[in-house]
Amino acid sequence: MQLTENSVGRKLLMAVTGALLLGFVIVHLLGNSSVFLGPDGINSYAENLHNLGPIVWVFRLVMLGLIVVHIWFGVSLTLENSAATPIGYASQEYRRATFSSRTMIYTGLALLAFIIYHLLHFTVQITDVEFAARQNMDAINRPDVFGMVVNGFKQTFTTVLYVVAMIVLFLHLSHGVQSILQTVGLSNDKSLPVVTLAGKGLAFVLLLGYISIPILIIAGIVKI
Amino acid sequence: MNLTLNVWRQNGAGDKGRMEQYQAKNVSPDSSFLEMLDEVNEELIREGKEPIAFDHDCREGICGMCSQVINGKPHGGQDRTTVCQLHMRSFKDGDAIFIEPWRAKAFPVLRDLAVDRNALDRIMEAGGYTSCHTGGVADGNALLIGKPEADYAMDAAECIGCGACVAGCLNSSAMLFTSAKVAQLATLPQGKVEAAKRVKSMTAELKAQGFGNCTNHYECQASCPKGIDVKFIATLNREYIKALVK
Repeated sequence: MQLTENSVGRKLLMAVTGALLLGFVIVHLLGNSSVFLGPDGINSYAENLHNLGPIVWVFRLVMLGLIVVHIWFGVSLTLENSAATPIGYASQEYRRATFSSRTMIYTGLALLAFIIYHLLHFTVQITDVEFAARQNMDAINRPDVFGMVVNGFKQTFTTVLYVVAMIVLFLHLSHGVQSILQTVGLSNDKSLPVVTLAGKGLAFVLLLGYISIPILIIAGIVKI
Repeated sequence: MNLTLNVWRQNGAGDKGRMEQYQAKNVSPDSSFLEMLDEVNEELIREGKEPIAFDHDCREGICGMCSQVINGKPHGGQDRTTVCQLHMRSFKDGDAIFIEPWRAKAFPVLRDLAVDRNALDRIMEAGGYTSCHTGGVADGNALLIGKPEADYAMDAAECIGCGACVAGCLNSSAMLFTSAKVAQLATLPQGKVEAAKRVKSMTAELKAQGFGNCTNHYECQASCPKGIDVKFIATLNREYIKALVK
């Protein structure tokens, strides 16, 4: 298929999967913010999600597909790009390329490692069996997600790990958001600077949103 | 002014190549970068050594032949300036200057600073034209083209095909070059007819010629001596999407 062979086609696949993954990152934060409503907020949110039954698994498979496509082409394009530049310059100066644009492959692979850890932590719940929600029920016999989250982030190491991972996500999205719009052809010379700034702004808002949960827990503001 | 030059020397395609140091003495600040190299070469010839090979032609910034990466920046990094229009007054006495050829797998070094840029011609051959019978010279305004469209196409047509975008790109991608050609032709009625076929075949040729893929670093625009905008890459992407659904 020419889409998966063509230079622009593969870039387009990166952009579309990236945009959908960005959509998930935004929705996931909105869901997480129910932790601020206390045990009833996040526990009923989690209960409602799980009651969707097979739809949860369809959603998970779609997410897996998006991640596989995004990483597969990300890695193969990166390998191809380094093969296209066999010799570097003795003296090199960047003018438009940024730290985040140059480290996309590293921040991307770090995020993959984080996603695996995160799933083991809160979905499979094998990193911290003691606080696993499926064993601890809340007052009205729902899995106690609130208790699991609060207890999980009481450990400084876990909190630090999550904060670092969210900074990595910030770096990835700082380049990624404007890159999506450029790739799908929705930018021009006037909009590109605005979109770049807005993309960094969105990445920063997501960073603040995500780290506020473990930080407020470790600060004792969100507690059981 | 006196300068220390670190120049890439390579005795043909088979040679491994290395950086060599030369002293440029009594350089006039009014001379162009290429004139400075001419004088260094005269000195090398007087000493019985091989002069530094480099590409150049018009020396007035319009032909796209000169191709040197100076201190890590294609064409020396002065805004909208080719090497031949770069003057020694932009350097300081005692400066150490690094001069390297365009670096890309698609641009093999022929000798020293001269590289083979035929890969760009292969991309043009893949669709950078319109296949129409032009006949005699048409009457002015017989074919109506709006002023914004004409300006847009003209801005894209400013590309001189020097390859600085590839040299500056971290991925050695020729996407800015290709997008300038695609955008120019797709904007005009003569080029619109074959727009879908053109964008597909020209972008397919990029991989065949060993160019890398665009990852939106935008280093190409900063490197371009004609200031070709990355908005043309967005235009190429739009044309590609349109071609996919056609």
